[in-house]
Amino acid sequence: MRSRSAGGMMPGCFCMAEPGRKPAPGARLTRYLVGGPPFLFLLLLFVAPGAIMALASFRYPGEFGGLAPLAAADPNVLHGVTLETYRFFFGDPIYGEIFVKSIFMALAATLICLAMAYPLALLIARSPKKSRDLMVLLVILPFASNFLIRVYAWMILLGPQSALSQLLNGALHLLGIAPVQLLFSPFAVLIALVYVHLPFMVLPLYTNLEKHDPSLLDAAQDLGANAWQRFWRVTFPLSLPGVFSGSALVFIPVLGMFAIPEILGGTGDMLVGNLIKEQFLGTRDWPFGSTLSIMLTIVVLLIAGLIAKLGARRGGYV
Amino acid sequence: MAQLEIRNVTRRFGDFVALDNVSLSIEAGEFFTLLGPSGCGKTTLLRMIAGFDLPDAGQILLDGKDLAGTPAEKRPIHTVFQSYALFPHLTVAENIAFPLRMSRCPPTEIRGRLREALEQVRLADKADAYPRELSGGEKQRVALARGLVNRPRLLLLDESLAALDAKLREEVQVELINLQREVGITFVFVTHAQAEALALSHRIAVMSRGKVEQVDEPSKLYGFPRNRFVADFIGHINMIDAQVTEHAHSHLRLAVSGLGEIIAPPLKGAAAGDRGGYAIRPEQVRIGVHGELDELKNHFSGVVHSLLYQGDVSVYRVMLANGAMIEALLPNSAPGRAELFEVGDAVKVGWRHDAGVFLHG
Repeated sequence: MRSRSAGGMMPGCFCMAEPGRKPAPGARLTRYLVGGPPFLFLLLLFVAPGAIMALASFRYPGEFGGLAPLAAADPNVLHGVTLETYRFFFGDPIYGEIFVKSIFMALAATLICLAMAYPLALLIARSPKKSRDLMVLLVILPFASNFLIRVYAWMILLGPQSALSQLLNGALHLLGIAPVQLLFSPFAVLIALVYVHLPFMVLPLYTNLEKHDPSLLDAAQDLGANAWQRFWRVTFPLSLPGVFSGSALVFIPVLGMFAIPEILGGTGDMLVGNLIKEQFLGTRDWPFGSTLSIMLTIVVLLIAGLIAKLGARRGGYV
Repeated sequence: MAQLEIRNVTRRFGDFVALDNVSLSIEAGEFFTLLGPSGCGKTTLLRMIAGFDLPDAGQILLDGKDLAGTPAEKRPIHTVFQSYALFPHLTVAENIAFPLRMSRCPPTEIRGRLREALEQVRLADKADAYPRELSGGEKQRVALARGLVNRPRLLLLDESLAALDAKLREEVQVELINLQREVGITFVFVTHAQAEALALSHRIAVMSRGKVEQVDEPSKLYGFPRNRFVADFIGHINMIDAQVTEHAHSHLRLAVSGLGEIIAPPLKGAAAGDRGGYAIRPEQVRIGVHGELDELKNHFSGVVHSLLYQGDVSVYRVMLANGAMIEALLPNSAPGRAELFEVGDAVKVGWRHDAGVFLHG
């Protein structure tokens, strides 16, 4: 048996009954009372809008935004349902390219976050218990300031007048290389994406690493594993659930992010998020915006499913 | 030359002396046990042999070579941890193969050794199971197989039976003895359970407060404890305050105030006038009615003070003439009869002149 237990992996499941144990009378009611409100909340504000969006993707755009009517007396007025938006999406390679570019950007941000967060999480997890809480607090401290302010701060840090830009371009000048622009570039977007999402990677990793039984490392060393082998054979495989959940927490929001590319990116650095935003607020083509959102949701679900499958392969050992 | 030699090892943690000038030598193929209450330094010593800690002073030599410069992963010494420390993300087979992989064993050899190890601990059908799917006894066998698979010079067992329930523990003890004989690898076992130590070991070192009190075979340790700590720690024992009146070649004559004289086995280094205790095991004390024990050199009158029926044996506590209590163990060989003597009965207790031991101090 290698199947993974479902504990904690099923959102919306609030069944607490154990098999073979008869629930007390009233337990059923209690369950509905406790689990009902959040369930209803998600149903009304998450599932229902999603369904509305899915339906909207098969409609025509309204003349001044919104949606065209389903039925109209005048046959010259656009109405009814259509696959037009999907034809449009698959008809022009530019949209696929933006999707691929966004996925690569999200992947890069996720991998950089992982590479930076892992050592930090390990350091915190192996620190004395007393200093751990303080270190975790420091990791989440950036959340105390406004997200947009932190992103705008990067505008100043990377701007052409900034010390960083001048230092870099000065050095490049000495080497006889043309100056570069840091701001409004994919580099600026990536650096801010990593900066904003780093805590989302550190926290699940730390939570996982902190629970590791130190005697496993003693055993590995005792059985001949050097420090490198102890990490790759014991610590890292045991931390995979943390790696996966941290990666999901970074990858998924980054994929839909529009504020950071909008503020720090150049004209060529449009990501899916910007494209969708543009459909609703710019060109006012709601059906196409919905189509793009649906496609993004499908991509995210496919990737999340892949990650879950990878995670389940080694058995639910945690 | 001993296989493992511990020479004058001292280890301090702040003001606390965990090991105080300890010396031991362990022979190849031996089942050697470090026995003592918690805090006696036995685990500290084990961790130093494994390489997780270093002595402040002294040396640990394996086959005559000082281990000080060798890190734990390079020592041909494996440990079976108290919690077993099986890798939860690896199957039974992968756990057992772990040390072989670390030593870069060729895959064909890994397969052969793995099969052999799995059969040795009767887990061939569990090769693909994960540790969480195993019972306590099975986990323990995986830990043993993992420790033995690449034939270390020494296998250390840290309270390795403590997590098993009493019935299973007895079974595992027999298996452990057989396994050790089969593989011929030196076992160093750490425990605080004296019954376990007596059952398993070729030799036992009894430790207390960072010092070795006595090193001996189980029967010698039990029969001839060298001091009050060892006598007390191993099994039950009666202790009677006594003074040496005569030290002869064949015996020791002891005076016990208010009681009379005890003839004890001779003891090197004892002299007339020495004060101490005479220790005798309850199962060596016989109990009978008047006249029954007259052939014994040591016999005294008393009154049955209490009795505990324990199924296989009954434990009688008899109050002697000087007010001292002595315990006597009587096997219940006659079925259905719990009480040979009643509380308050006048009885005689006696024992052979070569039983018991005089302890100084």
